Amino acid sequence: MNFQRIFEPKSMAVIGVSLTNDRHPANVIYNKNLLRYPLKVFPVNPKGGILQGEDVYTQISEIPEKVDLAVVVVRAEQVPDVLDACIQAGAGGAVVISGGFAESGRGDLQDRMVALGREAGFPFIGPNCLGIYSPSYVDTFFLPSERLVQPASGNVAIVSQSGGILVDQMLNFSSEGVGLSLAVSIGNKALIKEVDLLSYFSKDPKTDVIAFYVEGFGKSEGRDFVLAASECPKPVIVMKSGKSPEGGRAVSSHTASLAGDYEVFSQVLSQYGVVEARNQFELVSFCESLGCYRTSVKGRIGIITGSGGHGAMAVDCCYQNGLSVPPIPEDLQEEIRGALSRSVGPIASLGNPIDLTGSAMDDDFVVAAEYLSRAPDIDCVMMLLLPYIPGITSDLGARLSHVVRREGKPLVAYVPHVDKYSMLIEGFELNRVPVSPAIEGAVLMAEAMRRWKPC
Amino acid sequence: MLTQEMKGILAASKKRGWVLEPGAKRLLGLAGLAIPEFKWSTSLDELLNFAQEIGYPVVAKVVSPKVLHKTDSGGVVVGIEDETGLKQAFGKLSAQEGFEGVLVEEMLAGVELIIGAKVDYQFGPVILMGLGGTGVEIYRDTTLRMAPLTRNDVESMIRGLKAHELLEGYRGSEPVSLEELTRMLLAFSGLVMEIEEQFESIDLNPVMCSSDGCVVADARIMLKG
Repeated sequence: MNFQRIFEPKSMAVIGVSLTNDRHPANVIYNKNLLRYPLKVFPVNPKGGILQGEDVYTQISEIPEKVDLAVVVVRAEQVPDVLDACIQAGAGGAVVISGGFAESGRGDLQDRMVALGREAGFPFIGPNCLGIYSPSYVDTFFLPSERLVQPASGNVAIVSQSGGILVDQMLNFSSEGVGLSLAVSIGNKALIKEVDLLSYFSKDPKTDVIAFYVEGFGKSEGRDFVLAASECPKPVIVMKSGKSPEGGRAVSSHTASLAGDYEVFSQVLSQYGVVEARNQFELVSFCESLGCYRTSVKGRIGIITGSGGHGAMAVDCCYQNGLSVPPIPEDLQEEIRGALSRSVGPIASLGNPIDLTGSAMDDDFVVAAEYLSRAPDIDCVMMLLLPYIPGITSDLGARLSHVVRREGKPLVAYVPHVDKYSMLIEGFELNRVPVSPAIEGAVLMAEAMRRWKPC
Repeated sequence: MLTQEMKGILAASKKRGWVLEPGAKRLLGLAGLAIPEFKWSTSLDELLNFAQEIGYPVVAKVVSPKVLHKTDSGGVVVGIEDETGLKQAFGKLSAQEGFEGVLVEEMLAGVELIIGAKVDYQFGPVILMGLGGTGVEIYRDTTLRMAPLTRNDVESMIRGLKAHELLEGYRGSEPVSLEELTRMLLAFSGLVMEIEEQFESIDLNPVMCSSDGCVVADARIMLKG
């Protein structure tokens, strides 16, 4: 099936707009796209009439062009007929926002929709979903724009079974400077499932990282998913809910008892090189890191900081995650010491972590980063920056990201996220160097590159 | 490919819902897994003769469609040293519910492992291995992979166990034959893929592993209802 027309539509019908209720989900969708997106939007309601001065079409076939996308917001019983009308009118695909299907005992309606879609090769997302957020193309979320913070356009695609969880991740992504190529809420995933979107995104030139929130796969669909993921050249990240064991379920064998649903899920994902994010913090950290570096590391970290405490915290966290912090050889230490500023060289500790002390200046961080970037036994540099140290300026983020570009070794950073440090932070993020508001986050960013196993 | 005999064992067990130990072992043996030499009989004389042949000590286990967990019901007697011991064991086991004979086999030594499989709803057949024996659900030291397994999968399963040092020779003990363990897991994986449609879960527990090899000491195959 071809998703191009529904993910990058030039025209859209919103079927089910209300003539009287401005807050009706269909009206919210109609308005936000009319006012904020470049596509043509056509309102549809069987009663016809006028909506905000525009003619309302009584059915999709009346619209003078074949629309790329139909957004369906009508009662569940009407949806199969509406989809049929969309197919007859030559629409490119649909998003079915409406609920009231398999999730509430009307699997029959959903089955009819799937049969229609399959036969016509007509892709539809949902039902029971928010649909598609495609930056600078379309937004089918029925949530008013002023209530959302939308991430910038970028290279991470995210697919979610839950609309609410998806919106939350978009808020997190936005505050961490992670840009989106596309966000899709798939709801009941009647026709279009995770594996279909995985195949699409693995070929989508705008997407470098593919993230999923999964509650559960259908029968054997997990198998199809991991097999497809193992062929995908891009990092695939999955966050799962429903990890608690189902209590009291009688099992007749040790294997059935030991191989619970989540144990299988987690270990099989890792078997096929899929990165599992155990919580939202891991998800955003992994997406940010792998969105910057499509690279796999052994996990030997070189830490640079201006505070011994930060170094010690980071070392603990690295080892907890299976990363190592190997000692820096004496001769390299002496080289670095010779290159540091005169006030810092004699007092810095250069084992690993490298503690440049509170006297350090921008140049010292840059020098240390350059040397570690060239050290063969270090595969990722971790920069823990305290912008309140007097020698650090707002330029340091951009300067260090030039080191990354020049030397080609991944660098992850920690900077406390306070408004007054934003230029330093953006100096990293806008130059595609990941930066976390927590030491643990910087460690997770390095961990992401260790967990990802390219095929 | 399943042979006629293998298909026969599964078909004959379908109604019961699980395969009795002698049938399960025969099936595994046909699939290329090492099983101990055993005798299943209701005749004490036959069993005494067999024990004489293979030499003591031996193990005696009840065979009964009513007894799924033999250890829990006192259906396993280990370390039988002589004829008197075997006679006593036979007397005790023959009183068990649903008695269909006693299985006698040699005592095996080594590290006790579990090798298992189940058909997962989301991922289909998966294979488990880990520290086995009766404490398997206490230690919970196991790794899982989706079947069929590759050699790399098997290597990472073994490495992923907390107890992997035990297998690789801990404090002077002889390492278990990882080559034989790998061979068993791959043969098991092949069987699991063949009978995917028919089984629900399988426990090979314990599998006794030593430097000489790995032998399935007990097996239970639960079939689909």
